[in-house]
Amino acid sequence: MDYEALRFIWWVLIGVLLIGFVVTDGFDMGVAALLKVIGRNNDERRVMINTVAPHWDGNQVWLITAAGALFAAWPTVYAAAFSGFYLAMMLTLFALFLRPIAFEYRSKIDNQTWRDRWDWALTVGSTVPAIIIGVAFGNLLQGVPFHFDDLLRLYYTGSFWGLLNPFALLVGVFSLLMFVNHGAAYLQLKTDGELLQRAERMSQLLGLVAATLFALAGVWLWFGIDGFQVTGGLDTQAASRVTVKTVEQIPHGWFVNYQRWPLAWLLPVVTIAGFVGCSVLSKLRRHALAFVASGLAIAGTIVTFGLSMFPFIMPSSTTPNHSLTLWDATASELTLFIMLVVALVFVPLILGYTAWSYYVMRGRLNVQHIHDNSNSLY
Amino acid sequence: MDLVELSRMQFAYTAMIHFLFVPLTIGLVFILAIMESVYVMTGKQIYQDMTKFWGKLFGINFALGVTTGLAMEFQFGTNWSYYSHYVGDIFGAPLAIEALMAFFLESTLVGLFFFGWDRLSKTKHLAVTWLMALGTNLSALWILVANGWMQFPIGSEFNVETMRMELTNFAQVVLSPVAQVKFVHTVSAGYVTAAVFVLGISSWYLLKGRDIAFARRSFAIAAVFGFASSLSVIILGDESGYELGDVQKVKLAAIEAEWHTEPAPAAFTLVGLPNQKEGRTDYAIKIPAVMGLIATRSLDKEVIGLSELQEQHRQRMLDGREAASLMQQIRAGDKSVATQERFKAIEKDLGYGLLLSAYAEDPMNPSAEELQAAVDASIPKVWPLFWSFRIMVAAGFSMLLLFGFAVWHSMRRTEHKPRWLLRFALFSIPLPWIASEMGWFVAEYGRQPWAIGEILPTELAVSQLTEGDVLLTLGSIVVLYSIFVAIEMWLMFRYARKGPSSLQTGRYDLETAQVKEA
Repeated sequence: MDYEALRFIWWVLIGVLLIGFVVTDGFDMGVAALLKVIGRNNDERRVMINTVAPHWDGNQVWLITAAGALFAAWPTVYAAAFSGFYLAMMLTLFALFLRPIAFEYRSKIDNQTWRDRWDWALTVGSTVPAIIIGVAFGNLLQGVPFHFDDLLRLYYTGSFWGLLNPFALLVGVFSLLMFVNHGAAYLQLKTDGELLQRAERMSQLLGLVAATLFALAGVWLWFGIDGFQVTGGLDTQAASRVTVKTVEQIPHGWFVNYQRWPLAWLLPVVTIAGFVGCSVLSKLRRHALAFVASGLAIAGTIVTFGLSMFPFIMPSSTTPNHSLTLWDATASELTLFIMLVVALVFVPLILGYTAWSYYVMRGRLNVQHIHDNSNSLY
Repeated sequence: MDLVELSRMQFAYTAMIHFLFVPLTIGLVFILAIMESVYVMTGKQIYQDMTKFWGKLFGINFALGVTTGLAMEFQFGTNWSYYSHYVGDIFGAPLAIEALMAFFLESTLVGLFFFGWDRLSKTKHLAVTWLMALGTNLSALWILVANGWMQFPIGSEFNVETMRMELTNFAQVVLSPVAQVKFVHTVSAGYVTAAVFVLGISSWYLLKGRDIAFARRSFAIAAVFGFASSLSVIILGDESGYELGDVQKVKLAAIEAEWHTEPAPAAFTLVGLPNQKEGRTDYAIKIPAVMGLIATRSLDKEVIGLSELQEQHRQRMLDGREAASLMQQIRAGDKSVATQERFKAIEKDLGYGLLLSAYAEDPMNPSAEELQAAVDASIPKVWPLFWSFRIMVAAGFSMLLLFGFAVWHSMRRTEHKPRWLLRFALFSIPLPWIASEMGWFVAEYGRQPWAIGEILPTELAVSQLTEGDVLLTLGSIVVLYSIFVAIEMWLMFRYARKGPSSLQTGRYDLETAQVKEA
């Protein structure tokens, strides 16, 4: 296997990890974000929390693995994205801090104020990352102001507030709704009674809004944002020298790949169909299918985004030639190969025992179940 | 404070807080697995209650371990971006493997451990607990492989084209003697931590005369487990001393305040006041020959002293500045064989060249003062290392003594254990944490001025952020972590005080007392 193939495979694998993160951790974040919206009292909120109680921790590892894989496979991207978006990353981190503690400690003391506080911690801990992840991706599409010096030290020249531009905020809101919709779809699988009905109504609404925002972002991208294109000097087999290629910004640049491969238009179509389908299937009370549709919409979103930017990962708006691509910002061939072997061995195992854990914990929860097991549940 | 100091403070603070929770997780998960195994083998309910109760305390601790661990995974990128670029090719791999091989397993199964009691058969649940323990310990392995490589970077080489270190031999990185010794020393320290924790709290119940059967059994398991583990920590700690003598001579000399090379076998300074300015230890009490034995396992090999090491560093800096300049030439397109060959010959000193450039305005022609400043900075401060190491060792031996008595009294199966022993156990609870924190301090502060030993100076490794930004995040983290730790400790005390009665099974003293009162 050659370097080019390994690089391409790692682009796919990072995508898989991101999809894994949003499809799994996405629903427990969505459930937590909905806690105050459709959980009317402590019992209902406990039902909601306990639908994800055995799983949130494992789900969160998708995020940790994505960060670790970025470090190993795309070290320069890891360095640039995490330090460039410094305050945004730290804010995400602070929000994420709240979740493990809130999940674990909320039930430890039987006191309404105590539990209310932790409900807020869960809400904040789950909505803030969902928004910021969207904002970060919205900024990637516009290019990020950074450049390297001759030691390849990275300088980010933007500001935190610069990240919060209108397009990025639109993507941030879309991202939040995608997570929340996924949470609502999951609750359809795991609850019954009134809570189930509220989750169905939530998905009916959110699926349509998310589809609209997704389409809107696409239109904005076409008319309002110049994409990036490599014009020369990029050798897909060469060592990762990130500053030697030439890059230009051109109108409709993010649609070039779609013009090149017209079949790729199926991706955004599937995405929109997934969101709309989730809405319709929720109305029809086809809960499992609604959840699948939501997952499909998530995967579609991420692949649509990735293909649109291909081969870019993190374009530079101030020094386009220093943009990071999947061909020149990767680890060495040996590291990519070893990590591929590790991933091929362990990802199937992970999927296996994760599936088993869902199977063990299968079934719907309700208030009665919470009362019967009050001391052992969250 | 400048950017580098602030970034170091933030890393040190987050890492040290993280490691308040990690060792207890690593050890307690094994104690849970042992307790549950006894439950499955004997079928006695009390062992399941033990697993569940100590599991509750495990959960309270685990949550903060996860929370503070998130910061660790993010921080290399956020605050040490040049580090991430420069060594990510090697350092990133064990972190990613840790997540794939270990953390997924641990985190997925921890859910089943807590919520699967009624849904899994006895043996399946036991398998879950053991696999969770396996995941936790594998996780430590990969993290320590990464850390071992920072201390002793092997299996890699510098690539001029990409301007970074790249992996050449993965097996060397994984099987690095430093990493392996660190791994066993660290997980054994985790086992000791958990054993002292269980032993101390059980002793408190025994002192109070509460839940005697429950506490005695917990006490016995912790005593045996802790005794074996503390022996292993000390033996493996000695082994790391030997490794240090081999590969991290500066750290060893600094720990021992060995200012000058002494005739073999070197004496061990038991206590004293290291005086860095004068290069001597005031009021030193020395034991002849012991240090030579620990560091070289011989009576005739020398342990090299700090001033001799600094003289070596001086030469390496002069070669290193040439290496740095050749590197620039090659990057600028010089392809001549002579340049390449000369660079290959002195490439190993490139790190020293980078270190010198932090102290000299024109690194090619440093003034005598600038060179001296760089040479002075090429070893860490001695007194913090000297003392933290001694505190760690004292705590370690004190715990070994505790477990010795505890095992002895458990084996005798007398009706009552002596109260002094129970108090000793109770008041020993902070010791393993003190020892762990001191140990990490020795390992990481002792690595200075390097982020990656002799390759990448810490000063160069930081992200180019504003001091204001880092101050803001450091302040926020201190506030958040303080709140989290306060809540955690409060819950931990509350549940430890309640004891097994918190399980609400109706079988334990506080509940039966209530029943009697009613």
